[in-house]
Amino acid sequence: MWAYTIRRLLYSIPILFGVSLVVFALFHLVGGDPAQLLLGKHATAERVAVVRTELGLDRPLIYQFGNYLKEIVTFDFGKSYTTREEIRKKIADGFIPTLCLSVPAFFLTAILSLGIALFVAYFRGRWIDRLSVIFFVFLMSMPGLAYILFGQYILASKLGLFPISGYGSSWEDRVKYLALPVLISVFLNLGSDIRFFRNSVIEEVNQDYVRTARAKGLGEVFVYLKHVLKNSMIPVITYVVIQIPYLVLGSLLLESFFSIPGLGGMTIEAVNNSDFPMLKAMTTVISMIYILTTILTDILYRLVDPRMSFGKRG
Amino acid sequence: MWTIALKKVFSKKIPLICASIILMFVLVAALAQFFGFASAWDIPIGAQYLPPQFGGGFKMLLGTDILGRSVMYKVIQGTRVALSVGIVTAILSAPIGIFFGCISGYFGGVIDDLIIWFITTLSSIPNILLLIAISYSMGRGMSAVYIALTATSWISLARILRGEVIKHKQKEYLVAAESIGATHQKRIFIHLLPNVTHQIILSMTFMVEMAIRSEVLLSYLGLGVQNLPSWGKMIDDAKGELSTGVWWQLTAATVAMFFLMFSINVLGDYLRDALDPRGNV
Repeated sequence: MWAYTIRRLLYSIPILFGVSLVVFALFHLVGGDPAQLLLGKHATAERVAVVRTELGLDRPLIYQFGNYLKEIVTFDFGKSYTTREEIRKKIADGFIPTLCLSVPAFFLTAILSLGIALFVAYFRGRWIDRLSVIFFVFLMSMPGLAYILFGQYILASKLGLFPISGYGSSWEDRVKYLALPVLISVFLNLGSDIRFFRNSVIEEVNQDYVRTARAKGLGEVFVYLKHVLKNSMIPVITYVVIQIPYLVLGSLLLESFFSIPGLGGMTIEAVNNSDFPMLKAMTTVISMIYILTTILTDILYRLVDPRMSFGKRG
Repeated sequence: MWTIALKKVFSKKIPLICASIILMFVLVAALAQFFGFASAWDIPIGAQYLPPQFGGGFKMLLGTDILGRSVMYKVIQGTRVALSVGIVTAILSAPIGIFFGCISGYFGGVIDDLIIWFITTLSSIPNILLLIAISYSMGRGMSAVYIALTATSWISLARILRGEVIKHKQKEYLVAAESIGATHQKRIFIHLLPNVTHQIILSMTFMVEMAIRSEVLLSYLGLGVQNLPSWGKMIDDAKGELSTGVWWQLTAATVAMFFLMFSINVLGDYLRDALDPRGNV
């Protein structure tokens, strides 16, 4: 296992290098002048020149790339252009709110959709199943923005069941403010999750061992909970596990709509303000976390499923 | 295989309805694109925020927006933008995905390692951030959206095809082709590709759907199309209007997008069931 872990960590170095190359190319080569983008079309030439020097954009590209790699290694991304805050500190502050929103939503969605999928699969082929399949495609096809806008408008503004937006540092406040975004987040993912889980469960129901279990007289519910559930967990866990790296990004839109000071909301803010250093740092950091969580989930996954080996090909 | 599959799909009512809905959207978009249908969307047709009504003819059916422009016309122009983004993205990224997927799976070795490295790198940057970064650095506008979406959507197709090609590589028909002296190109394009077309088609339906969703998101963030209405921009405009009781602009954009997504999803499902042998257990 240690050999595997070390191999994965070593393999992440070329990937990390690739990511930094892509991000650097995007922000420094492809686009026009970042200073110009930041200041807008009507900025004077002198102003642009000042900002270029300030961001180090007047140095040779090799030097800029070296500087960027240094930023990644030392984790010091300089200051946000609009708020003048340390980017490192902003990102560290954004972590907790993002996780407070994404982790409960993640677990709720997984448990709820697995339960519903089992229920629906039990009635497969009958009208409950057919109706719910249509309903879940319906849920999936609704634009994400509509859930957020209508959810916030109807449940918070109109009915006053939840506060409209905000965030607090005490746990009581967090529960109060995050309840609605978590609920909306669950609904955003429910449709596609249930559809996938239902298919995994039904694939298992058609297996021979299920027939055997029924033949020896086990009750249908018992067969489901004991045999089918256990075996259909493999695709389900894979599906759930690949979502874990996305938890750090949270939901960009949900955070910005509900004024939750997390990483997603910050990204949107940086887009709106054309905050070039912030956007670059955000893309880099989230990709780095993404790579690390992928490694972590891969290792965990191998620990859970004995059939996946730590062997050479992995 | 294709005729049987298509017959199987379109002998049922639901996929037939979905296909007609998609066709209708395409027709509306084509009319707007090539025949100037609803091109007068930026000319005010009445007072601001007129609710939907039947009295004023077709253009008043969905009411007016803040500048008194027809919401109906804006939805139609939005359809044109959404569909052109979906179709252009699929057409541009399919060849890239096919190329990289095929050569990586077929040749293996260093080529495979390099392509896998590139694919892993690109997919390590969360999709939405990559989209934002590309369209931010390319400047705002339609071509930036096309490029951003193409750059992100070929990856999944390449990955799927690589797996399929590796599976097919060992099969008798390819070994036979090799033994009669078929060149690499011939083996890939004449023998191998026709056997994985269904995967390409299924991936492309998924690409169209993802492209339309992403376009709406990018336009909503102000990174999408600039001088045409789009569903994302309509939703962006409408978010402040909802609290003043103006629901029609948001509802119109949402419902239009919903019907398109729903039809693509359902039709894609039926196609998958008919084309993917695993579904026929």
